[in-house]
Amino acid sequence: MDPVGLLFFLVGFLIMAGIYAILCLALNVQWGYGGLFNAGIAGFFAVGAYTSALLTAAPAQTHLGGYELPVLVGIIAAAVTAGLTGWAVAKICIRLKSDYLAMASIGIAEILRMVIVNEDWLTNGSLGITNIPRPFDGLLQGREADILFLAFVWVIVAIVYLVCNRLYDSPWGRTLRAVRDNEDAARAVGKDVDSFRLQTFVIGAALMGVAGALSAHYFRFLSPEATEPLLITFLVWVMLMAGGSGNNKGAIVGALSVWAIWSLTEIVTNRLPAEFATRSSYIRMLLIGLLLQFVLQKYRSGLLPERSPGIAFDKDKDKTHG
Amino acid sequence: MMEFINFYLIPGLALGSIYALGAIGISMIFGILRFAHFAHGDVMTLGAYGTLTAVWVSGLHPLLALPVGIVFAVLAVLAVDKVFYKPLRELPTIYTVIASFGVALIFRSLIQLVWGSQNEVFIRGVQKPVVLFDLIRVSLLHLEAIAIIIGVAIALHYFLSRTQTGRSMRAVSDNAELARVAGLDTEKIVRATWIIGGSLAAIAGVLAGLDTNIQPNLGWNLILPMFAAAILGGIGKPMGALLGGMVIGLVEELSSYPWLTDEPLINPSYKTATAFLMMVILLIFRPQGLLKGRLF
Repeated sequence: MDPVGLLFFLVGFLIMAGIYAILCLALNVQWGYGGLFNAGIAGFFAVGAYTSALLTAAPAQTHLGGYELPVLVGIIAAAVTAGLTGWAVAKICIRLKSDYLAMASIGIAEILRMVIVNEDWLTNGSLGITNIPRPFDGLLQGREADILFLAFVWVIVAIVYLVCNRLYDSPWGRTLRAVRDNEDAARAVGKDVDSFRLQTFVIGAALMGVAGALSAHYFRFLSPEATEPLLITFLVWVMLMAGGSGNNKGAIVGALSVWAIWSLTEIVTNRLPAEFATRSSYIRMLLIGLLLQFVLQKYRSGLLPERSPGIAFDKDKDKTHG
Repeated sequence: MMEFINFYLIPGLALGSIYALGAIGISMIFGILRFAHFAHGDVMTLGAYGTLTAVWVSGLHPLLALPVGIVFAVLAVLAVDKVFYKPLRELPTIYTVIASFGVALIFRSLIQLVWGSQNEVFIRGVQKPVVLFDLIRVSLLHLEAIAIIIGVAIALHYFLSRTQTGRSMRAVSDNAELARVAGLDTEKIVRATWIIGGSLAAIAGVLAGLDTNIQPNLGWNLILPMFAAAILGGIGKPMGALLGGMVIGLVEELSSYPWLTDEPLINPSYKTATAFLMMVILLIFRPQGLLKGRLF
């Protein structure tokens, strides 16, 4: 592979890894902070992707919208609609315990997918939406534009990371961990458990919507296939478990390393004889499945385990109050 | 009226039988091992492909080759339980739920590696419907499915109420601590659970494969209605799951019957959504199900 090709392979890799990093951070807020088992990541991702695509794409007869709004407006709208969807889902099933929440969230994600496939007037069905713009379109041409988009994605990753870290250290995050680790105790000291869970779920869902929007802008095209639960929901869960749930750095490391495994195996399997190459994606799926089992049995706390912040005493204050 | 019976009621009962066969296993596993087995649909798919291979080799009718698929599926779940689920048994069950997602993925990718991802059919060509009294025209498969579920219901009732293992299973499902104190061999009961769950899933997989065609997502696509059925019947109540499966299957098929106007009540492409919707509504308002199952 020539150096330029390698560079652009790396750029493409990092763009997708960045999008997955946002999904991982979002899931970390829901699962790592709040202990909420969301198995419908693909649903919120899809809502965000379609919102931003419909608002920013060129006008078309085949689907709703095409308002050619700025990309940033699309992304913010994606966060809002995905967050609202999350609010509705949470309102219904936040009181459900782990396994039941998993079932309910998959069910809702599947219903959303059915709507996307069947409601042609809204989404152009399986034919999808084309002509989705990228931010700063026209500034750079061709493959160089990818580098610009890479920077854009990772700026957003950085913002999301800082926000998530702030949330984790805040009193809000502390209460959330209390709810996660001992619901009854948190309730006993007067915390409104359901409302904390609802907030967590909405924040996570909104971030998933942002990731969905970014992927739609990256590919400039969006069809229901992009919201395949296997590629979104499963992979993100493996990433977070491998990286370390409860740790935001871990979430990003998990996204990078699992996506690296995924992309590198693609290079290897593409060099296999043709009859194997067509089945290469199944080998990768198998590897991811086995990796998940390995992590669950041997490295349950992930590459970077959760580290709760120490309790910081304000010493001067302590002295004055003696 | 005849149209209602031929195109909605009988297919609904047949679909319900498939759901019921899967839901019994899900309900038993949830009751005894305390986790939602998300790989159950893929166990069905394994059973279907095992049977398909036996049909290719022997040329028998799929229902006669079924024992091969059953053995295949049972061996697969026993192995998976030993390697992937058992090491996590002392941990919070949510880890086993995550593991079962991974197992679903492993099963499906193995199936795609071995058999490919193209559609396969058990029997080529169009099957002639069975005609009764010139009025009832139903497919033979649907009658077979209904006959199988009746047989399974009788056998299951006998097993749960008359045999030692069946009674022990109910005991563990009702109160695991008490059952252990009473000296029941939990691992033996777990094994029995997997054998029954795996066998019924394999039968369901073959029936589903006969009804449409066989492809790697066959079982995964049915997992949510089956969970709905298990919850509707009450977790840990196998007979309830059977009933729940029939209800969910019927609701799904009858939802597209033109009840009010000449149009289908619900667009057929949203048929499965009715099952999901029922599940979500149940989870909110009556999570213990119709037969007062356990709540975890």
